[in-house]
Amino acid sequence: MSATHTSTLPQHGQGHSHSHDAHDHHEPNFWHKYVFSTDHKVIGVQYAMSALSFLFFGFLLMLCMRYQISHPGEAIPIVGSLMERVLGEAASGGKMSADLYNSFGAMHGNIMVFLAIVPLVFAAFGNYVVPLQIGAIDMAFPRVNMASYHCYWMGGVTWFTGFFLPGGAAKSGWTSYSPLATVAEFGHSFNGQTALLVGLVLLITSSLLGSANFIATVVQLRAHGMSWMRLPFFVWAQFVTAFLLLLAFPPLEAAGILQLMDNVFHTSFFLPTGLVVGGSQLPVSGGGSPLLWQHLFWFLGHPEVYVLVLPAFGIVAEVIANNTRKPLWGYKSMVYSVIAIGFLSFIVWAHHMYLTGMGTKISTFFQTTTMMISIPSVIILTALFISLWGGSIRFTVPMLFAVAFLPMFGIGGLTGLPLGFNASDIYLHDSYYVIGHFHYVVAPGTMFALFAGVYFWFPKATGRMMNEFLGKVHFWGSLVCMNMVFAPMFVQGFKGMSRRMSDGGAIYFGKDVAYGADPGVLKLNNMILASALLLFVFQLPFIFNFFWSIWNGRKVTSDNPWDATTLDWATPTPPPHGNFLKEPIVYRGPYEYSVPGASRDFTPQDQKDPKG
Amino acid sequence: MEIPYTDKPRPDTGLYNAKLGIWLFLASEIMLFGGLFSAYILLRVNAAEGVWPAVKLAWPHGLLNIPIGTFNTAVLITSSVTVVLAWASLKMNNFARFRMFMVITVFCALSFLGIKSYEYNEKFTHYELRLNDGKAYTGHLIVNGEHPGFWDFSKVYNLEQLKAKTNVTSIKFTADPEKAEGHGHGEAGAHEHKELDLKTDQIAHLDAFLPRNHTFFAIYFTITALHGLHVLGGALVLAYFAFPGAKLWKTHPEQFTNRIEVGGLFWHFVDLVWIFLFPVVYLL
Ligand code: HEM
Ligand SMILES: [Cu+2]
Repeated sequence: MSATHTSTLPQHGQGHSHSHDAHDHHEPNFWHKYVFSTDHKVIGVQYAMSALSFLFFGFLLMLCMRYQISHPGEAIPIVGSLMERVLGEAASGGKMSADLYNSFGAMHGNIMVFLAIVPLVFAAFGNYVVPLQIGAIDMAFPRVNMASYHCYWMGGVTWFTGFFLPGGAAKSGWTSYSPLATVAEFGHSFNGQTALLVGLVLLITSSLLGSANFIATVVQLRAHGMSWMRLPFFVWAQFVTAFLLLLAFPPLEAAGILQLMDNVFHTSFFLPTGLVVGGSQLPVSGGGSPLLWQHLFWFLGHPEVYVLVLPAFGIVAEVIANNTRKPLWGYKSMVYSVIAIGFLSFIVWAHHMYLTGMGTKISTFFQTTTMMISIPSVIILTALFISLWGGSIRFTVPMLFAVAFLPMFGIGGLTGLPLGFNASDIYLHDSYYVIGHFHYVVAPGTMFALFAGVYFWFPKATGRMMNEFLGKVHFWGSLVCMNMVFAPMFVQGFKGMSRRMSDGGAIYFGKDVAYGADPGVLKLNNMILASALLLFVFQLPFIFNFFWSIWNGRKVTSDNPWDATTLDWATPTPPPHGNFLKEPIVYRGPYEYSVPGASRDFTPQDQKDPKG
Repeated sequence: MEIPYTDKPRPDTGLYNAKLGIWLFLASEIMLFGGLFSAYILLRVNAAEGVWPAVKLAWPHGLLNIPIGTFNTAVLITSSVTVVLAWASLKMNNFARFRMFMVITVFCALSFLGIKSYEYNEKFTHYELRLNDGKAYTGHLIVNGEHPGFWDFSKVYNLEQLKAKTNVTSIKFTADPEKAEGHGHGEAGAHEHKELDLKTDQIAHLDAFLPRNHTFFAIYFTITALHGLHVLGGALVLAYFAFPGAKLWKTHPEQFTNRIEVGGLFWHFVDLVWIFLFPVVYLL
């Protein structure tokens, strides 16, 4: 990694007729450049584009579901006939059957979590930004990185085959609870659930390759002077996230393999003795435990929710420090908190299982740890709020999203507390309240952080800014609509509406059958549908802006358009293969904004003399 | 432009990249097998009395072949030693010795797999039998004078398949001698093999020792098969290092030696899993 060698980089970008010594270079044809690339930035972009497509698809699935539950028994306009043509029987007359509704629900959850949000927030942003921020030329294992993306892609494709297998795609929730997941399509060994499990094994492989790579990169490839407490908070967040993925996913892989055995070889890992389905006893040996599945699943499941949110904290922290023009308040406590969350998130999982009858002592234990983990989360959130205090805030588009993240995540986190107490959870469990809770954390929470990140790093990746006006339309529209979609769910949940009804609750609240419940909650379904459709409309400016700006956005005039301090902005724009023109050396912490006596209101990490 | 620390350790961490990478990978593998072992514990603790009628125990016991298992353990441990010797030979600059030890290692790995598949075959041809009158046995099935075998999967029967696929109405069954601690349902005092002639409609339940037969077999086959896949994968990689991959020795000896060390670490892990697995499924 000699400086003389890297200084020839800019030419490498445009056909390199010169370098005869560079043995690792051959003509980069399409395949090498875009499909089999080992460059962390290309892989980051591959992840981003694939995951954004999955995000969009997952959203469409949900729009169909929302339409169907507010108009039970009616054909879905426009897409209904298309669905019928593609999926046949299950969507006959353009209406979703209850089974199809379940498939869409399960696939929405799985796609959003495993194919959209985690790959975006961890793999896409992590791949693109982490090596840049620590001053590395690439990830520690570039080819492993490529393999990780390929596994991810194959996992996604495997999932989609599920729609065309007998019985349709997996339909037992994103949690795949056994025995339902096994008996739902017992007649066919190769059903949607099987495809889901096989895909899951591929995705877990991908995540294993990725997370080990991230950790090794951060530990081994930090630039000179980049000590642990000089790492940007984003890197810390990704680092802890990588550990969660590395250690929490394998038990789910174990569970997935066992469920695969149940589905394909008719073992009984999760099937209890004497299980009766449809009036006759299931022809299996029995002796298994449905609770075992839940334990293994949530052992991943809970750390997974922090996988969704920790990198989001990281993005928000970067954007806030940059746009308040002052150091993050309490950087060190934030770092310690994120580490504490990492540890604690492994011992709270059974708060998802209060209603299973696992025992009151166990419930009490997990209730306690759940309360404990909210402390470091609150510390991080508070530190970010205080960071705003007294700053001269620039309300750029990324900053709008980052600032909105704070109260939105706050609502998500606070509504988690009643779920964490087992007394109140017994009432709220499996109701729309839970849906409201975690969507507040993930949708206006993590996704806002993602949008902030896209608007923030877009100029680094493309050399052009995204349009500010369209960005603001996107922001305000999304903020209002997100709240109108998810806030009513708390009300529905309080009124006892179950989260799993394909008719949206008509059977409980409808005029024929009244259980003393308030039919008014059904009207909320219509409002949610309208808001969701509007939310869709407000994503169009983003999609347009994104593609339009790649070619037509305003060109950046400097490599550091936001006047930021971290090393990702010390590279050429866009960064070439190998990233830095000369080996970066780090002299200071990540957030030296408005340092008294410095020549500018920001002092980059690789600047030796603040007055220089 | 090359990624640093691929051969020399980074001074402040004391590790080269691949070594950290393999440790992280192994951490994840520990969680994978940890999950499976926890599943084993939970299933066993929850197992209900009498689910395994042939020996009237909650959990089948003593059905695995301990001498063979012990021998296989020894085979794997040997390979763990030779893989270290292979690495040490490289450190001492003796490539020929390296290759010899690597070949022994891979040979041990393949022997392990061979022996394991023999054991699998033994299980797939071993049956659990329950009669309508409540008697229960384990033993071997003879249909039309043949022992249904594993290699011909169409001839591993459960009761329904037996009735559907063969036109026989009676079978022979060689019952195992009763184990002293087994407290079996079988006739008291039967200490040697017993031939039973049975009509198929006397039989309440018949199935080979397949994963579907009992959660014990389910977990036994699942964990050992997953372990077997690790052995196979490891053997392929080590064989690659011994032959085609050994080209690197000429150009980057240090990096090559590191690769062998990393491969060796993985191999030790595979060995270690077995060392837990053997007592848990064979002895306990
Ligand atoms: C810090 C405070 C939090 C607490 C106390 C909390 C507590 C809970 C509890 C007890 C449940 C189970 C509810 C039930 O099923 O009855 C739950 C569900 C859930 N939470 Fe949280 N949570 C918190 C933060 C988060 C965060 C940060 C995320 C993700 C980014 C998240 C994502 C989820 C998800 C996805 C579910 C639903 C899983 C399902 O049943 O499908 N939560 N939360
Ligand atoms: Cu949780």
